[in-house]
Amino acid sequence: MSELQVKTMAELAQEGKIPEYLYWVGCMGSYDDRAKKITKAFVKLLQKAGVDFAVLGPEESCSGDPAKRAGNEFLFQMQAMSNIEVMNAYGVKKVITTCPHCFNTFKNEYPGLGGKYEVYHHSEILKKLVEEGKLQPADNPFENQTVTFHDPCYLGRGNGMYDEPRNVLKGARIQIKEMPNHKENAVCCGAGGAQMFKEAENQREEIFVFRTREALELNPDIIATACAFCNTMITDGVKHYNKEKEVQVLDIAEILLRSIEK
Amino acid sequence: MIHLLDNIIFTLLLGTGVGYFTWQVKKTIRNVKLGKPYDRTDRKNERWKNVLLVAFGQKKMFKRPIPALLHLAVYLGFIIINIEVIEIIIDGVFGTHRVLKFAGPFYDFLIASFEVLAFLVIVAVTLFWIRRNIIKLRRFNMPEMEGWPKKDANYILYFEFVLMTAFLTMNAADKKLQLLNHPHYDQAGSFPVSSFLLNILPEDPSSLVMIERSMWWIHIIGILIFLNYLYFSKHYHILLAFPNVFYAKLPPLAKLDNLESVKKEVELMLDPNADPYASPPDENEEPGRFGAKDIFDLKWINLLNAYTCTECGRCTSVCPANQTGKLLSPRKIMMSVRDRTEEVSKIIDKKGKFEDDGKSLLDYITPEEIWACTTCNACVEECPVMIDPLDIIIQIRQYMVMEESAAPAELNLMFTNIENNGAPWQYSQADRLNWVNE
Ligand code: SF4
Ligand code: SF4
Repeated sequence: MSELQVKTMAELAQEGKIPEYLYWVGCMGSYDDRAKKITKAFVKLLQKAGVDFAVLGPEESCSGDPAKRAGNEFLFQMQAMSNIEVMNAYGVKKVITTCPHCFNTFKNEYPGLGGKYEVYHHSEILKKLVEEGKLQPADNPFENQTVTFHDPCYLGRGNGMYDEPRNVLKGARIQIKEMPNHKENAVCCGAGGAQMFKEAENQREEIFVFRTREALELNPDIIATACAFCNTMITDGVKHYNKEKEVQVLDIAEILLRSIEK
Repeated sequence: MIHLLDNIIFTLLLGTGVGYFTWQVKKTIRNVKLGKPYDRTDRKNERWKNVLLVAFGQKKMFKRPIPALLHLAVYLGFIIINIEVIEIIIDGVFGTHRVLKFAGPFYDFLIASFEVLAFLVIVAVTLFWIRRNIIKLRRFNMPEMEGWPKKDANYILYFEFVLMTAFLTMNAADKKLQLLNHPHYDQAGSFPVSSFLLNILPEDPSSLVMIERSMWWIHIIGILIFLNYLYFSKHYHILLAFPNVFYAKLPPLAKLDNLESVKKEVELMLDPNADPYASPPDENEEPGRFGAKDIFDLKWINLLNAYTCTECGRCTSVCPANQTGKLLSPRKIMMSVRDRTEEVSKIIDKKGKFEDDGKSLLDYITPEEIWACTTCNACVEECPVMIDPLDIIIQIRQYMVMEESAAPAELNLMFTNIENNGAPWQYSQADRLNWVNE
C-alpha cells in the first residue's frame, strides 16, 4: 500500500492555487492495471523532484485520439472541445502526459480547436529533471543487464522525439542495445490507430508478436518503452514467447524510479 | 533535298511529341484538381529544402544504399544525357551534325561523360531487371503488381536499355566514320565506352552512315515516345517527384487535420446560445461529405501523390499490417487512387464532364484494408518521394464512420464508451483517480 498524495486541480482551485503543470494521466494510465503502475512511478518521480503539479481526476476524459484515428472526427472534436473548456477554466498553461497519443493530440491538434498549451511528454520532463540534478540515479543500477528501447510511433516518427526517452535511460546510466529497426525505422507495436480496441484483420501473425520477436532476439533483460499501449502490446508479445520470467517490459519512468531507489 | 526532308520529318515528329506531352500534362493538372482545394504553401523554406535534398538529392533513397546508387546512375544518366538531346534537336531541325563540337575539349569531356553514364545506366538497368525478374524481390511481386504494373516496370527498363544502346552504337559508328575521314563526320567527341564497339561494326562507310543515322533516329524517337509514355506509367515520378515533394506533408507526421466542416457543427452543438438559424447554409456551398468516398472528396495533394507514386513498395515493405500478412498495402492504396482517378478522367474525356458511373473509390479499396492500419506513419516516413498514404486511409475511415456508420462493431462500442463515460472502456469517470490509493 503506497501512501500517495495527489491533488486535483479542483482541490487546488479551492485553495486559490494554480499548479505549474497539469499531469494528464490518460485513460490507460487511469484504468489499466499495468499502466496505473507507470502512472504511480511517474508521480513519485515528480514528487521527489518537487514538481508543482495536479491532476484532473474525475474531470479528466478521453483525449479523443482513438476516436479521431478511427475516423470519428465528431466524437474527437466533442471530446477535445469539452476537455479544452475544463483546462481553460483551470487556467492550465503546461500539460504533461505519459501517453504519446494524448501528447500528440494536445500538442498538434488541440491548438486549432482553441486549446493552446505547452505540452510535454513525460520523457521530456524526466530528462530535464535528471539534467537539473533534481533526480539523481544511483551509480550503476542496471549493471550487466541488457536493455533495449521500443520507440512509440506517436513519440518517434510522429513527433520526431527519438532522443528524449533515450536520454532518460542514459540518465539512469543505461547503455541501450538497439534493435535493428529503431528510431525512424521502428516497427509499430500494433496498438495505434484504434487497433487496441478491435480484433485484427485476417493475418499471419499479430503485430505485437512480430515486433516483440525483434526485441527478444537481443536476449534483453528489459524492454523499455514510453507508452502504456506499447507496454501492453510488448508484454503480450513476451507472454506469447513464454519469456515473462526472463524479460521485463518497463516504462522509462519505472526504470528511472528504480535507479533512484536503488 | 533529302536532308531537307529529314529536317521536316524531324521537326514534325518533335512537334507532335512535345505537343501531345503538353496535352497530357494539362490533363494531369485537370485530374489532380478534381481533388478538394487544400493549402500546402506554408513553411516555404522547409519545402524548398526538401526539393533540394529529397527530390534532387534523393536523400530518402539512401536508406538502402545499393539500389540508391543504381538508381542514382539512372537518374544522373537521365538528367545529364538530356543535354545531348539539346544537340540532337538542333541537329535534327537544322541538319547540322554535332553542332556543339565547337566547344572543343569541353565537348569531348561532355560526350565522354555521357558515354560513361550511358554505360552505368545499362549496368543499373540490367541489375534492376534481374532484381525484378530473376531474384524476384518480394516487394516487386506482390498481388497489386500483377498485370500492367509489372509490365510497366519492365517496359521502362527495356526502353532505357534500348535508348542507351542506340546512343552508344551511334557514337561508335560516328567514331569509325571520323577515323575514315568520311565527309560530314569531323573529328569531335571522345568515346571511352563506344570505342570498344568499333571492331564489331562493318568497315564500309555507307553501312556505317546507315547505322549512325538509324541509331540517331531510334534514340530521339525513343525519347519522344518515352516522354509520352510517362502519363501511363509509374515513371511519371521523374517529373512529378519535384512538385510532389514540395507540397508534401511536413512534420509532425502524427498531426492530423481537424475537419472544418465538423468543427462548425460541433461548435453549434456545444454552444447553448447558438441560434441554429443564425447562419443559413451558404447557397453556393456544395453539400459537403464527411471523409472520402471517391477521389473528389480527397485533397488535390492526395491525387498528386497517386500520380507520383513509383510503385516501389518501400511503404508496403515497412507496413506492420502488411508485414504480418494483412491485406493492407499502402502502395496499393496509392495505385487504387490513381486507377480510380484515371477511370474518372476517361469519363470526363469522353463526355466533357463527369457523369456518375455508379462507382467510387470504395470499389477499389475495401474496408478490410482500411481498418487494418495502425496509423504508425512508417509508410509516410519511408516513401522516397514523400507520399502520404495514411491521409487517404483516414479520410476513407471518416466517410465510413460519419456517413455510413460502418465501423467494425468493437470500434462502435469504443465510441459509445467515450461518449458515455469519457474513456474507450466501460469504466466510470468517477473512478479515474482510484489508482492513487491502490
Ligand atoms: S500508417 Fe498504416 S498503412 Fe502506413 S505503414 Fe503504418 S499501418 Fe501501414
Ligand atoms: S507510396 Fe512511396 S514508397 Fe509507396 S510505392 Fe509509392 S513511391 Fe514507393
